[in-house]
This record gives sequence, C-alpha cells and structure tokens, in this order.
Amino acid sequence: MTLIIVLLGAAALIGIGLYGALSQQSFVMLMMGLELMLNGALLAIIGFWSQALGGMPEGQLLAILVMAVMAVEMAVGFALVVAIYRKRQADMTESIGTLKQ
Amino acid sequence: MTDLIVSLLAAFAAWTGWRVFRVDSMVRASFSLMLSFVAVGGIGVVLSAPYIGIATIFMMAVEMMVMAIFMVMFMMNPAGLNPMVMVHQHRISIAAGLLAATGLGVAILSTPLPSNPVPAEAPVVAQLGHELLGPSMLIFETAGVTLLATMIGAVILSSRRGRFGAADEGARPPGLDPGGPPAGRRPESGGGHHHHGGHS
Repeated sequence: MTLIIVLLGAAALIGIGLYGALSQQSFVMLMMGLELMLNGALLAIIGFWSQALGGMPEGQLLAILVMAVMAVEMAVGFALVVAIYRKRQADMTESIGTLKQ
Repeated sequence: MTDLIVSLLAAFAAWTGWRVFRVDSMVRASFSLMLSFVAVGGIGVVLSAPYIGIATIFMMAVEMMVMAIFMVMFMMNPAGLNPMVMVHQHRISIAAGLLAATGLGVAILSTPLPSNPVPAEAPVVAQLGHELLGPSMLIFETAGVTLLATMIGAVILSSRRGRFGAADEGARPPGLDPGGPPAGRRPESGGGHHHHGGHS
C-alpha cells in the first residue's frame, strides 16, 4: 500500500514536470520542470528501495546517482543559460532560432 | 500511520510542484520547488532512508537558493508584480503531462508490486557506506569525476572570454547564396557586450 502511494505521487510529479518542461518559455522555468521530473524519479527509487528490495544497498546508491545527475543538470544548465544570454541577450526559447535557417 | 504521513507528504510534494508553474512570483516558484523536494526528503526519512532524505533536503535547499538568485537575474518579472503568462504549446503540454501521469498511474495500479520492506533495525546508513566504498566504488568515483568535469565545463561555458579572446571574434557565417549577406542573426547593434571584454 505504501509503495502504491509513493509511486502515485512520483507519477504525479513526473506528469507535472513534463508539463512544465514542455510549456515554459523561460529557460530557468524549463529547468524547474526537468528538476521536478528527476524529483519524481528520486521518489520512486526511494519507494522501491524501501518497500520492495528488502534493503539492498544498491538502491540507495541509485538514489545518490540521481542526486548527482540533478547537480550536473543544474550546473551545466545555468552555465548554458549564462552563455546564451551573453551571446544573444536571450532568456526565452523563442529567441534561439538561428539553427533553423 | 506511516501510510498517512507518506500520503500527506506525497500530496504536498505534488501540490507544491504544481504551484511552481502557477505562481506569478518567480522567487516563490523556486521556493515552492524547494518545498516539493523537502517533502520528498521527508518521505525518504519516514521510509527508513534517513541519509538519502536528509541529503536531499540539504542539497535542494542550497540548490533552490542558487535558483532564486538566477531567477532574479534573468526573469523580467521576478517579484510577480504584473502577472504575465509565458507559455507555449499549452494544450499539448497539458495533454502530455496528463497522459504521462495517468499512464504511469494505470501501470502502477495494474502491476502486482512486490512487497519486501526494509527490516526495521537494519543499519541502512552503514550498509550504504560499505556499498559506496566497497563493491560500487568505481561507480561512486565515476560520479565524482563527472562532477569535476561539470565544474570545469560550467566555468568554461559561463566565462566571458576564452583563453585566446572571444570565441567568435572576426568570425563571419557563410552566406546562404555565394557572396550574399551572412546567414543567421547577429545580436542587435553589437549588444554592448564587446566593450567590457577585459583588456589584458
């Protein structure tokens, strides 16, 4: 029962994050959507580790890896936002259409 | 009792996650995301993963502080004083989000999930430490090297100029037809960012 509750919460977080990542125009808000999806993944991992794996330590290792992925996404994402803003004064996805031509 | 706490925290995480895209103030949005992460960390603590839960809370508190600063730096409307909507492909996004959530929900409810909870007195933190510095040491060290590469990459990407000056200095994209004007858009009127490139 606990596992179902946790996984349903994770599914809700992933759905909300997908909505945000697809719909937001600002880069920073878009990254918040990505973070929410990773949050859902982390929640699902914690739930599975705690309720279905009998305490296998590899489950905690996977959670730590997801947290490392979050940190990498955040750092590289902000660096890219700064680089694009320096180059093109752009902070919205609509402002970068150069590769289309 | 555990079920009640976990469901409350999960509902709180989803609600604050939803608030991220609903509030006008961008600073409030990033703190709302932080609350969502704190709720997930709380679920970790309740479900006998204290190290992961506390680490999530600490890491996300710092990360969302950084995010709030970036919000103030980049957004036109950080305080939300004049409400504006900055979304595109809104209907498709709502449909995709709902589809993902309901699809995952149906999959969860229709799957026979295993039940093998952590023993109550298991030394989970010690087990994690032995795993990190034992059988999975290579994975752990690879994550460390990845983070180092991330730091270097972030500094390089966000620095104003490279080792040999601006990367596109004197560069001119080729024309679409021979001898034509350069393809692609240039920043309007030089953008003013060439002037403070640092005179070394």
